[in-house]
Amino acid sequence: MSSSNNSPALQGFLRSDGRKGIRNCIVVAYLVECAHHVAREIVDSFRGQPVHLIGFGGCYPNAYADRMMNTLCTHPNVGGALLLSLGCESFNRHRLAQNIEKTGRPVGTVVIQQTGGTRKSIESGKEWVEQALRQIEAVPRVPLQLNELVVGTVCGGSDATSGITANPAVGRAFDLLVEQGAATIFEETGEMIGLEDVMSSRAVTPELGEELKKSVEKAAYYYRVMGHASFAPGNAEGGLTTIEEKSIGAYCKSGDSAISGLIKPGDVPRKGGLYLLDVVPDGEPRFGFPNINDNAEIAELIACGSHVILFTTGRGSVVGSAISPVIKICANPETYDRMSDDMDVNAGRILRLEASVDEVGKEIYGKVLEVASGVQSCSESLGHQEFVLTYKSFEPIGPHCLPT
Amino acid sequence: MQTEGKSRKLLRIHRDDNVLIVVAPVRPGNRDVVDGHEVVFTQNIAIGHKVAARDIKAGEKVYKCGVPIGSAKEPIPAGAHMHLHNLKSDYIATYTLDKDHVFVK
Repeated sequence: MSSSNNSPALQGFLRSDGRKGIRNCIVVAYLVECAHHVAREIVDSFRGQPVHLIGFGGCYPNAYADRMMNTLCTHPNVGGALLLSLGCESFNRHRLAQNIEKTGRPVGTVVIQQTGGTRKSIESGKEWVEQALRQIEAVPRVPLQLNELVVGTVCGGSDATSGITANPAVGRAFDLLVEQGAATIFEETGEMIGLEDVMSSRAVTPELGEELKKSVEKAAYYYRVMGHASFAPGNAEGGLTTIEEKSIGAYCKSGDSAISGLIKPGDVPRKGGLYLLDVVPDGEPRFGFPNINDNAEIAELIACGSHVILFTTGRGSVVGSAISPVIKICANPETYDRMSDDMDVNAGRILRLEASVDEVGKEIYGKVLEVASGVQSCSESLGHQEFVLTYKSFEPIGPHCLPT
Repeated sequence: MQTEGKSRKLLRIHRDDNVLIVVAPVRPGNRDVVDGHEVVFTQNIAIGHKVAARDIKAGEKVYKCGVPIGSAKEPIPAGAHMHLHNLKSDYIATYTLDKDHVFVK
């Protein structure tokens, strides 16, 4: 299939680092839970406009959360940021504001203790957002090629159908995107136990293969400490025979492309290809589960530059996200019939033999282009803007993780 | 629309797969098409379970979603149910409960 001929012409919002956004939103970011209410009040007064709420609730410093906030506030889908500080939290608001300013984006900071409390801070924040929304209308729109697009995938609310319909179909869509030069990101190393060698053999270099293997071993250890079980008797009743088979349910979202690199939250792929995002913290388990819910994973995929998230669900998740649109691919035809308002793609047709995995893969690919062209996904049009960020700790990726 | 092989009960996930997924309950005597060849099922097979897409030799790797999920313990004819009795992990033994709810390998 040839590239530009059958792809629609896409337009992106040009940012100073050369990256391009498919959305142009203002983020209102609280830097401690104590500033959350004020930030939410500001965002709520711009309903229907591209103003999104993000934030970090912790009062104590955390390098991971700091990096996440810095990469999210300068994400290509973000046009400007308003920071909400109580005043005495340890988050480094000065450096965050400077980093945003360096990119040429409008940035404002409201310090609640200095501004005079809740009411005055809300008013001050609203004024800033109104003027910033006008300002970002001037961001230039330029042609966006598919090789400038980053697409992440995650599954949530899975059931027995996820691994045989929606997930393999996302794998096909990923193959098509990689063929067109896009960067695609998959994760969930904790669900790849038994597939270390299979995954490792897909790496573009043997050294990267070793790194991929180590990331699954790290996940296996971490989840063992958390008391997470692997193969349960119920799996066998459902037709799963081996641990490898159970693991491919999530793994097959990666498709068949070679694996170009291993990244960690906040690392942005600089060229097209397929990347594994290692979301499991480094070092001894400290802050609890690697990701407390699906949105914590989605935030990490977005911090790696994802413009769009492909979210597969069997039981029926309804979440979206701040910053980047979430496309829902429903694996189970009965769930789709019940919750079709929330679902962008009905992969359950595969189970009813009404469509092949390839056909649904192409449909997902088409949906990515549609959403990239500005059409709202279901969760977006329903107003979903979930966001979660918690404490974690990571070492930087090793020298073999991104072969050139 | 009708998919590859015109099967009524079996789903092919990946072109490299030598197993197919049962998507409608299979009863003894049911006929279906497995990769262009007609098969007659000899047993009940539940939804979500696997059958051989073609004759599989003992020791041969078994592929689902294009990924090896283990190897055949014995020769498996096309259309036969594939599970713990004839498929083993190449990674770690699968432990499950037998009919008396005792862990077995």
